[in-house]
Amino acid sequence: MSEMLLEVDRLTMRFGGLTAIDDLSVAVPKGKITSIIGPNGAGKTTFFNCLTGFYKPTEGSVRMHHPVHGPLLLNEMPSYHVARKAGVVRTFQNIRLFPNMSVLENLIVAQHNALQTASRFSLAGLFGRAGFKQAREAALEKAEMWLTRLKLIELADTAAGNLSYGTQRRIEIARALCVDPLLLCLDEPAAGLNPRESAELNELLLYLSREHGKGVLLIEHDMNVVMRVSDHICVLNFGTKIAEGTPEQVQNDPNVIKAYLGEEDADDKEAA
Amino acid sequence: MTTHAHNLPNVASRLKDATGIALVSLLLGVPMIGLKTVDAGGALAIATRWPWLLAFVATMFVGRLVLQFVLDHVKLNKAKRARTRPEIGATRPWLKWIGYGVVGFALVLPIAFSGNRYVVDTATTVLIYVMLGWGLNVVVGLAGLLDLGYVAFYAVGAYTYGLLSTHFGWGFWETLPVAGAAAATFGVILGWPTLRLRGDYLAIVTLGFGEIIRLILVNWTDFSGGPNGIGSIPRPTFFGLPFSPDSDAGPTFASFFHLEYSPEHRVMFLYYLILVLALLTNLFVSRMRKLPVGLAWEAVREDEVACKALGMNVTNVKLSAFAIGAMLGGFAGVFFAARQGFISPESFVFSESATILAIVVLGGMGSQLGVVIASVLLVLLPELGRDFSEYRMLMFGAAMILIMVWRPGGLIAHREPTYRLAKKGAQA
Repeated sequence: MSEMLLEVDRLTMRFGGLTAIDDLSVAVPKGKITSIIGPNGAGKTTFFNCLTGFYKPTEGSVRMHHPVHGPLLLNEMPSYHVARKAGVVRTFQNIRLFPNMSVLENLIVAQHNALQTASRFSLAGLFGRAGFKQAREAALEKAEMWLTRLKLIELADTAAGNLSYGTQRRIEIARALCVDPLLLCLDEPAAGLNPRESAELNELLLYLSREHGKGVLLIEHDMNVVMRVSDHICVLNFGTKIAEGTPEQVQNDPNVIKAYLGEEDADDKEAA
Repeated sequence: MTTHAHNLPNVASRLKDATGIALVSLLLGVPMIGLKTVDAGGALAIATRWPWLLAFVATMFVGRLVLQFVLDHVKLNKAKRARTRPEIGATRPWLKWIGYGVVGFALVLPIAFSGNRYVVDTATTVLIYVMLGWGLNVVVGLAGLLDLGYVAFYAVGAYTYGLLSTHFGWGFWETLPVAGAAAATFGVILGWPTLRLRGDYLAIVTLGFGEIIRLILVNWTDFSGGPNGIGSIPRPTFFGLPFSPDSDAGPTFASFFHLEYSPEHRVMFLYYLILVLALLTNLFVSRMRKLPVGLAWEAVREDEVACKALGMNVTNVKLSAFAIGAMLGGFAGVFFAARQGFISPESFVFSESATILAIVVLGGMGSQLGVVIASVLLVLLPELGRDFSEYRMLMFGAAMILIMVWRPGGLIAHREPTYRLAKKGAQA
């Protein structure tokens, strides 16, 4: 068992009378890909929102084991602290880029905190001090590195909003990587990608977890991605965990088959 | 149904719509146009004017058809244009040269028009609006926070100078930083409670804030002089040399430089003063835009949620935009008070806020040069229209509408990216 990065303990999220997530416990290891799957409305995105501080969970805790800061309770942090201090960075199901800014600028904005500190809250930057110039060069280099790695370098000076859907998804991942995350939470990164693009995504995810030791938490519907790259899969339905395990275990789990295809009933089977 | 049904409504529905309008105009027209009371030998009699009514209804019918036709085409064109986002890759070096040209022109203007006080005065007014526009551009154009009460900060600056100079004898230059700080403080006070609000809601709160400041100035007579305002505010001096006819009090600008006294000196000095202030503002805002905080302002405008997900403290980013925008408004206010020598709440009404906002939107959100062009237009159009007397504001409104139809993104919608891979590290 490898080192745990994130531990979600008995998480519950209620919206009025609706229980979107019910008593969910998940652990995400370092350097591995963990997938959350489940039918539409199972509470996957709500789960992400609870992890990253966009929602305050009703009950339970989300604990991040940070190599420098030690254990951190994400459920008690404002959303920007989750990314800045805890190193948990997410992407969005409906892509959220800065559409009128260039691809490069999108990646520079992700390094705002480092740059802002280097610019001494604009004072050193205003007078063009050397320290700030160095920080700027470093930020540009990091952006360039990820752009090259994700085959986006040719598009660096194009407005992000002008690009195709698949490319925008890649930019969003590149931008998240510029925050130097320990845990990368990707919300349906393969949605809208063609088969070639999703094969490239698989490669990228494996590269990030194996070579860079990043924890990856993945919400995905595309089983070509989920089953090929996941080390561990957690299946949600109506906010509760119905199965967990390796891709093989999950594929053969009767509860999962029931949730996806319905009961073992002649009519339902045909409909599915 | 045609295939373009979703784009252009078909003829039948247009005719139906126009018939509806014709019916309404008939209903209204019968008492207002169709029937007329006439004096028939001391008693009132009713005369009918059916042909007039018919002409009126027909005009309304045709007019509605034409109006709808034009509107549909404008919409269609706009939709077409919206689909193509301006390309960011293209550089526009000529925009920079236009900028230098404008600065050059501004420098020689009072010399070229010396003796024509009206021109220099109008140019000074233009520059005040340029400065206000650049300040508001930080809040609205860069950070995307719709502020309808910007004039409040202008008022804070003006009253800070008015009060400090008349009560404590402070000079223009000492007051400038204090007034900037006071306005920035008010910016933060306004910004703090409104941080959670967006778009329309923020606009309403800022509108209310602007009115609160104005009402305080009107009603707190002991403090601000109420509706009478503050008079005899000292004019700025040229490094201690007043612009006055020879006096026994000491050397004046004219006597020190051995010039013959002329009231024009002051007009020209005020012009160059605001020009310097405006150029400093421009330098400052351009620099800030290229710094991390400037990029963060733009990122917040583009997508606030994404900013949070990237670990950005959106609260601080917004507050800094509010504070800096307010500070620049405060500087402009100090100059305004010094130039006028008299301030009253009358000068800080909502329509001023609206004009400044119009300058920013018309110029193109975030564009520095756009603000200049828009200020020139907004100040000069009403001035040039003086010959049209009461139709002046009508022409002004029509010109604004035409510009927005012609260029929905503002006069200069081009945005120069802060970072470029091609020539990285080239900018300071």
